[in-house]
Amino acid sequence: MADTAHIPARAPVAPAGVMRRLMRRKLALFGLAIIAIVLGGAIFAPWIVRYGPDEQLFEGLTLQGAPMPPDAQFLMGTDLLGRDLFSRILYGARTSLIIGVVANGTALIIGTLVGLTAGFVRGWVGAVLMRFTDLMMAFPALLLAICLAAIFQPSLWIVAMVIALVNWVQTARVVYTETTSLSEREFIAAERTLGASQWRILFHHILPHLVPTLIVWGTLGISVTVLLEATLSFLGVGVQPPTPSWGNIIFENQTFFQAAPWLVFIPGAAILLLALAFNLVGDALREVLDPTQRGRD
Amino acid sequence: MSVADQGKAPLLSVRGLTVSVRDRGVLRPLVADLDFDLHPGETLAIAGESGSGKSITSLALMGLLPNNVTVSAGQMLLDGTDLGALSEARLREMRGSRIAMIFQEPMTSLNPVQTIGTQLTEAIRAHEPVSRRKARQAATEALRQVRIPEPERRMGQYPHELSGGMRQRVMIAMALALRPALLIADEPTTALDVTVQQEVLDLLRDLQRETGTAVILITHDMGVVAETADRVVVMQAGRMVESGPTARIFDAPRASYTRELLAAVPRLGAGRLRAMPAPPETPQPVARLTDVSVRFDIGANLIGRPTHQVHAVNGVSFDIRPGETFGLVGESGCGKSTIAKALTGLVPHGGRIEVQGAVIDRSSRAARKAGCRDMQMVFQDPMAALDPRMKVGDAVAEPLLIHGIGDHAARQARAAELFERVGLTRDQMSRYPHEFSGGQRQRICVARALALKPRLIICDESVSALDVSVQARVLTLLEELKAELGMSYLFISHDMAVVENVVDRVAVMYLGQIVEMGSRDQVFGDPRHPYTKRILNAVPVPDPAQRGMRVPSPPREIPSPIHPMGTRPASVPLRDMGEGHLVAQ
Repeated sequence: MADTAHIPARAPVAPAGVMRRLMRRKLALFGLAIIAIVLGGAIFAPWIVRYGPDEQLFEGLTLQGAPMPPDAQFLMGTDLLGRDLFSRILYGARTSLIIGVVANGTALIIGTLVGLTAGFVRGWVGAVLMRFTDLMMAFPALLLAICLAAIFQPSLWIVAMVIALVNWVQTARVVYTETTSLSEREFIAAERTLGASQWRILFHHILPHLVPTLIVWGTLGISVTVLLEATLSFLGVGVQPPTPSWGNIIFENQTFFQAAPWLVFIPGAAILLLALAFNLVGDALREVLDPTQRGRD
Repeated sequence: MSVADQGKAPLLSVRGLTVSVRDRGVLRPLVADLDFDLHPGETLAIAGESGSGKSITSLALMGLLPNNVTVSAGQMLLDGTDLGALSEARLREMRGSRIAMIFQEPMTSLNPVQTIGTQLTEAIRAHEPVSRRKARQAATEALRQVRIPEPERRMGQYPHELSGGMRQRVMIAMALALRPALLIADEPTTALDVTVQQEVLDLLRDLQRETGTAVILITHDMGVVAETADRVVVMQAGRMVESGPTARIFDAPRASYTRELLAAVPRLGAGRLRAMPAPPETPQPVARLTDVSVRFDIGANLIGRPTHQVHAVNGVSFDIRPGETFGLVGESGCGKSTIAKALTGLVPHGGRIEVQGAVIDRSSRAARKAGCRDMQMVFQDPMAALDPRMKVGDAVAEPLLIHGIGDHAARQARAAELFERVGLTRDQMSRYPHEFSGGQRQRICVARALALKPRLIICDESVSALDVSVQARVLTLLEELKAELGMSYLFISHDMAVVENVVDRVAVMYLGQIVEMGSRDQVFGDPRHPYTKRILNAVPVPDPAQRGMRVPSPPREIPSPIHPMGTRPASVPLRDMGEGHLVAQ
């Protein structure tokens, strides 16, 4: 490493720099584009679609009462009640984005805080927190979600909260393990000898090292939560019909999978693409934020 | 041994060996144009600092190179067969039976979930079609050969039940069980204590005499080279700088690199030459330890109460005077690093520790934080001690931020000043630790330790992980800083030669207690305690002319520091032999 002397000094990395480096990666750009399209579609849905998501159209069904396959009038076909699938997908994106981002994000935050505290404080606080996590893990998540959803009035935000409350445990486990091994590392001991406070060590020296793990868990969680919402909707405790979500479109129509495959295929592909997009962006972000990877892109 | 063999055909002949790594489609040589011969029964040392390509050479010989690294040119002829051209299956046959290897870390080279016996027997049966019972007998015999006491009992033990030295003996037994023609030893004693190192090197030499195995010894330690090798190949940055008989290399090195390398090797006795009067005793020492003990609970009985205690430090008392370097030496597990941890409040302790007159109290955060301003620590591994995700400039400025000193601009200015003081440049501040070399990183750690202008800096094996030339430069820097700023050092090390070169006063620790303490000249010039004599005797001397002049000490295992709850090891009283030279009875 004697050649380090030739490397010119670098300007401090501003957020703008992170964005620029992110944009240089083709896959990340692709992911960002998909997220932007989905987000745009969800926000501007009323101006894009020709029919409302709940409108049962007479021309949306064949004379025999079967749904219409995709054509020029109905871009993605229609469902069993003659509603425009394109419209339902766009409006459904609102629900799914809220679930995938808000519910999943909340779960991630709860899990991180629990894992971080338990892993760093140890002692009886850590023991109680982790035993509680284990208990939550052992308890069937779906059953818990149904109980919680049954207690509260079903609404989108309640569903998001319920999903967050059952999904934080895996994150907590992983964060706990990483935190315990990180706090044994010598640079943490070095910080202690400098007189750094617990707070400083936790948020300046341990949390940054958890970012890669959190990004992976966060992106993986998106598809899990979107599907969990669908399951809940299917069981009648999730988002209430006729409000569309990608999950409940699949569940409503899965029995007609052979006769009308587009009804399952299109929302399924939407979930897959969104999860993939977040994953690509997350992966690129992890590399861009890692200083030890600098200069390899 | 070697000179007589000159006429015979060499066992191993390496010609123009070039090993390259494929990096983005381009072949970059790691080792270039290496030539050497090895005769049966000879010991060849390949010496060099990190990055010299010595380990890559050994892996190439074993056919164990990583996937993206290949032998791109040259030959390695073992009895006329080119090892580089053999198929993987043929190589596997050769490994173990014709060529064997022992590694640096005996714990990671042994399988932790299998008994010693099973592993040895398996190694034998992998190459020779013998019955399990025959193989077991051969394995027991191999253990006896490496002078392991009670070999039958050891066969049933697991690696973690053996000490480091014992494990390395098992590795040697495994390597030699099939009587290979060539043994490659890659830093075989680097992870071992100095007395154990001596035993293992003696053992290797004796076994070689009995079996006639040729040995390639890969090491960075010129002392080990001088004690064991017949011939030496000195490598630097993948190239052979010089080769020749050991005596010639040490007496009349031709290459300037070899001269620099030999000059940088710390030698016992060199410290006395630049002796300066030790700072006198003052009413207020920088640090005063009075009857300090550190114990850790282990085990658990039925209701979860600990059953035993590890007595890591047991009733240790000493003063560190202003402006002096106080050395703490001893072998691994003697408690020297635990004292550093107790001082910095990383572990709870019994007894009384005062720094600059203030008692170190772990229970109060404010007191602990205040203590940090007077006392800083430089760790062994600078890469591990720096946050890999933090810019080094911020790392050096961090102590100031933690203690709320100055504004951002003032802190950056102070950090820049410190960077220049330790021999780095201002514009390197915005880089990350991985962009620096080992020596530079340790300079960064020193700069961070200096930021708060402490009165005491604890150097816990701070130069042990560095190459000798880098080590010499860091030691010089520490010396200069002390002269300039007048703080004290607590210098903890296992390396007697380094300690002898830097300290004013020194304490020798054994099993958590001090067995001898005094000025450098008292302890190194006139050692009184048998343990001090023993470890001084075991230090390898980088001078081939002195080989074989020492009396080998009989192998000995260190007793366990673990005692049942409620009992404690006997404290040994120290007696003054005159002028503050304290020796345990």
